[in-house]
Amino acid sequence: MTSDQSTISVRGHVAGPAGTTRLFAAGSGDYGSHQAAFGPLPAMGRAPLIDELSRSGLDGRGGAGFTAWQKVASVPADGRRPVVVANGAEGEPLSKKDAALLHNAPHLVIDGLLIAGQSLDAKELHLYAGAEQLAPVIRAFKERGEARIRLHEAPDTFISGEATAVVSAISGGLPIPRDRTKRLTDSGLNGRPTLVHNVETLAHLALISRFGSAWFRSVGTGSAPGTRLITLSGNTAGARVYEIPTGLCLTEILVSTGVDPQAVRAALVGGYHGTWLTAEQLDAPFSREGLAPVGARTGAGIIMTLGSGSCGLAATADILGYLAGQSARQCGPCTNGLPNMASQFARLAYGDASGRLPQEISRLAALVTGRGSCAHPDGTARLALSALMAFASDVEAHLRGRCEALQ
Amino acid sequence: MTDRKVPRTTMHIDWTRCDGRGLCIELLPELLTRDDWGYPVGRGGSEILIPENLEYAAQDAVALCPTQALRLRK
Ligand code: SF4
Ligand code: SF4
Repeated sequence: MTSDQSTISVRGHVAGPAGTTRLFAAGSGDYGSHQAAFGPLPAMGRAPLIDELSRSGLDGRGGAGFTAWQKVASVPADGRRPVVVANGAEGEPLSKKDAALLHNAPHLVIDGLLIAGQSLDAKELHLYAGAEQLAPVIRAFKERGEARIRLHEAPDTFISGEATAVVSAISGGLPIPRDRTKRLTDSGLNGRPTLVHNVETLAHLALISRFGSAWFRSVGTGSAPGTRLITLSGNTAGARVYEIPTGLCLTEILVSTGVDPQAVRAALVGGYHGTWLTAEQLDAPFSREGLAPVGARTGAGIIMTLGSGSCGLAATADILGYLAGQSARQCGPCTNGLPNMASQFARLAYGDASGRLPQEISRLAALVTGRGSCAHPDGTARLALSALMAFASDVEAHLRGRCEALQ
Repeated sequence: MTDRKVPRTTMHIDWTRCDGRGLCIELLPELLTRDDWGYPVGRGGSEILIPENLEYAAQDAVALCPTQALRLRK
């Protein structure tokens, strides 16, 4: 190792895009626009890639929120050639950003996968995404004569994107989570070390490999550098995808995308496994560190606003009903506990309220937490508990047969 | 056995295999209780910490679990 680790082995002949439109800077999904905007594919060794990612502060954009470099570094350099998987399966109904990325910048995702694969001397490269999202990727493969990456169709289920479910699906099994006793980076697809990165993470990796960590950090904040894709939706408007500087506070995001914060009663942050924040909590920065004090996470970059006239308990009950139906029905506490919790919540939301319901919902939430082979019960419990907290006064109102939203 | 530290033995429950008839709960009543549906509940979720005096009982549970859902790890 030299002390000159920050030097990038190959620099593109173009400068990194200025401003905060980065992932979509090519303006169009074709290979010519991509090359004109970003220059040639760089080559990077394993150590310089890990180093550059670590300096960049890029965190995973799939939801779990590991830092990108730690995941790459946890692939053992023990001579076994690893497998790298680009995960574009967006089971989360509130997320549209991976689809937007694969449609508008497929070459950047392909670049990221190729760079990660080459720097780790991977044996196999895979890309896993829903059928509609594979179409632009297939077009992109044709344009560049790419034949090394294998494509896999992800089903449209909530848990199909969970990392062990991805590996199971790629190996020809069912797209449902497996029990984890080892890390995938130790033993994943066919026992090989397996790195599963979200497609957005790989797209950022492709840019960082070209333009460096200092460029990446030139927007965003110190603890939350760079840009990220978010999917913003509200119960009145459909989902829209934006690329924003990381670390903007939620109110700034709402204002800059034309949402009036005054009309927002609460926001579900992080998706269906996420956390409800009240209007007073929306000055929190949208980053891992910024959201931690209010008990929320960025998840896959999801913000759903709840309008003043809508009932947060009803919205939560509907989501819990959906999530209960998305259990892979492998684990007893999840299979039994989630439908039970959802139905108790529906009673609370839809007028069959008895004073014991909030306690019973909390008890069930605690009972399922930590007792599945994947995080589905934990995430579902988190949503239920956060609704009881964020809408505490409305819970009281419902127990008296009223609803704050309808008053 | 190492003499550096008391090894922490944990019992991992593979929930995808467990069918919840509760044999392990009978063998380890100090550590496990039954949930509403008959599945084992213990502190630690899927990783139940096993104190030294219960290691033999835990080994029995692992050996006797009809679905091989349990595994001991140090
Ligand atoms: S916890 Fe639920 S969703 Fe996860 S593997 Fe078990 S049954 Fe499937
Ligand atoms: S003995 Fe095995 S199958 Fe039965 S409850 Fe315990 S872990 Fe589950």
